[in-house]
Amino acid sequence: MSGERAVILGALSAIAEETARLLAAEGARLCLVARNAERLQALAADLRLRGAAQVETAAHDLAQADDAPAKLAEWAGALGGLEEVYVFYGALGDQARSEREPAAAREAIDVNFTSQALWSLAAANMLEAQGAGALVIVSSVAGDRGRMSNYVYGAAKGGMSILGQGLAHRLAQAGGARAVVVKLGFVRTPMTAGMNRSGPLWVDASTAARAVREAARKGGPVVYAPWFWRFILLAIRLTPAAIFHKTRL
Amino acid sequence: MSEAFAPDPAFRSWGGAIRPLQHVGRPRFRDQLPDLLQQAPGSALAVGMGRSYGDSGLNSSGALIEMTGLDRLIAFDGEARTLRAEAGTTLESLMRFLAPRGLFTTTTPGTAQVTLGGAVANDVHGKNHHAAGAFGCAVRRLGLLRTSGERLELAPGEPLFAATIGGLGLTGVIEWVEIDLAAIPGAAIDNEDVPFGSSAEFFALARESAQAFEHTAAWVDVSRGRGVFSRGNWAPAAAAAPRRGRLAAPFEPPISPLNPLTLRAFNELVFMVKSRGAKQRTVSYAQALHPLDGVTGWNRLYGRRGFWQHQSVVPAANAEDAVGALLKTVAAAGEGSFLTVLKTFGSRASPGLMSFPMEGATLAMDFPARGEGVLRLMDRLDAIVREAGGRIYVAKDGRMSAETMRAGYPRLEEFMGLLDPGLASDFQRRVLEAAA
Repeated sequence: MSGERAVILGALSAIAEETARLLAAEGARLCLVARNAERLQALAADLRLRGAAQVETAAHDLAQADDAPAKLAEWAGALGGLEEVYVFYGALGDQARSEREPAAAREAIDVNFTSQALWSLAAANMLEAQGAGALVIVSSVAGDRGRMSNYVYGAAKGGMSILGQGLAHRLAQAGGARAVVVKLGFVRTPMTAGMNRSGPLWVDASTAARAVREAARKGGPVVYAPWFWRFILLAIRLTPAAIFHKTRL
Repeated sequence: MSEAFAPDPAFRSWGGAIRPLQHVGRPRFRDQLPDLLQQAPGSALAVGMGRSYGDSGLNSSGALIEMTGLDRLIAFDGEARTLRAEAGTTLESLMRFLAPRGLFTTTTPGTAQVTLGGAVANDVHGKNHHAAGAFGCAVRRLGLLRTSGERLELAPGEPLFAATIGGLGLTGVIEWVEIDLAAIPGAAIDNEDVPFGSSAEFFALARESAQAFEHTAAWVDVSRGRGVFSRGNWAPAAAAAPRRGRLAAPFEPPISPLNPLTLRAFNELVFMVKSRGAKQRTVSYAQALHPLDGVTGWNRLYGRRGFWQHQSVVPAANAEDAVGALLKTVAAAGEGSFLTVLKTFGSRASPGLMSFPMEGATLAMDFPARGEGVLRLMDRLDAIVREAGGRIYVAKDGRMSAETMRAGYPRLEEFMGLLDPGLASDFQRRVLEAAA
């Protein structure tokens, strides 16, 4: 489908940029939302050259979600309509800090869950009303089981996965609009820079982007990307606590 | 160590013969660069896809700024045939953008897996050097960020522009590059393989082919002094989508399959396959110009010890004798080279002070890093090159001496005067500081 209109929340993330390039190659119309206006301009110039029919940019702090419905309507209006909403933004956060400092924990939860939830609800309302379109929530396998190494981030992602599942269920009633949660595993982006990124489980941003783009087209409500994470997480979820607690995962 | 730079044990030079630990920062936006330069412990060096074989892309006592995240197109004018892009854009992605539009870079090295910045910093050359010159000939303007924080826009004629082309990243961080483009009739190349039995035959073929063929290069079986001359032109065919790397060498074998036992058989096989008469085929540009890109990670087949590359150029006047001497010396030493490429360069000069190509012939060989014998052999090859008035290609080098460097690059001192003091590389410390 070309000429598709999409709003990308958190357009400056590595996976979001790769996804936007895939959309641009299809001649899509895009509205890119993130905090840094100058960086958005650089992205927009690149995407227009790569084939996007139209690129609008909106510098907005997505952590501020109270005016989500109005903002979404404004951005959809600039494109003349809306087929897809991608929720990309988030922050891995500092697990240790979140444990020690309530303010850090609150911020991690607010950014990764509360604000994302509000944007997602607003997007779902909009898509439901028009009876068409897809909401793609980019989540993480970290949300499948609380693990000592990243449970604050994991909790937010887990919450978003459940929210997304619920939205998918709701939107399926009226037919037309859809919601999909894409659970990504290990991806080589600046967000994971501090980790050991070698090994066959790691993919690069463009591979993750292809999975996200596919999920917008079809599939869901929950998609693991790449596919093998479904089985890895099944094993992780089924591991009894007595054994899991012996690890430091 | 600032958290902007993380130790990366997987980062290595392409040849992998030397593997000191690198600290790497990976920005995604230009506005991150000045801060990164400030935070770098000691010195910094911008790098791209890591295709330099030796130590010109390493900075062991400082940090590396890996630029591939800065890969955005900035401006494009199809009629004027110009393109401006961030320095971390790979030539491969540029070609995928340009080829369907009937355009291409004016030249390309043997792999498209290099960044625009890397292509400029090494002033890379390709099979069409005798027609188009080196990559630096197509650069119209470039954006350079110095560690002082100064952002400069450089144009031909300025000393710093000339120093940056082939400047190994040592004059500043190249942020963006604007290049002239070439028009191509289609994305395929009509190629012909002609076998030859001696280096004299090679030179005759090269002279005969220079006018009528844009892309020429030869593969050589060093032990026998024979080879296959490949020559081609852009074909007026419909755009063929380039093959993506289907084979992958995903690991380093503990014992490399590329060793003297297999070398003989390998060379026989290649010669047999390639020399079944003068074969004409139309192939995609990727097959003709970037054959090894079809095997991802082929360099790892050399095993954990890695390999050395020796690429030299000798001036036209001495080329036949010098190339003959180089090949004889390698054959006599019994050290084999799996991928020996021989090509003639044309007279088109590059604006780069430290540009490698000169009118004459270039010979590139690879040697498994099996010990001192190989290093001594390469020293002997250097001596032959020096005597002929030639030089060694830094992008491939990991072991040449400071004297060889000084002898080969007459504008070295001028270049050293234009370096950015906040940037450095292992190559610079090993060779340039000693040579100056």
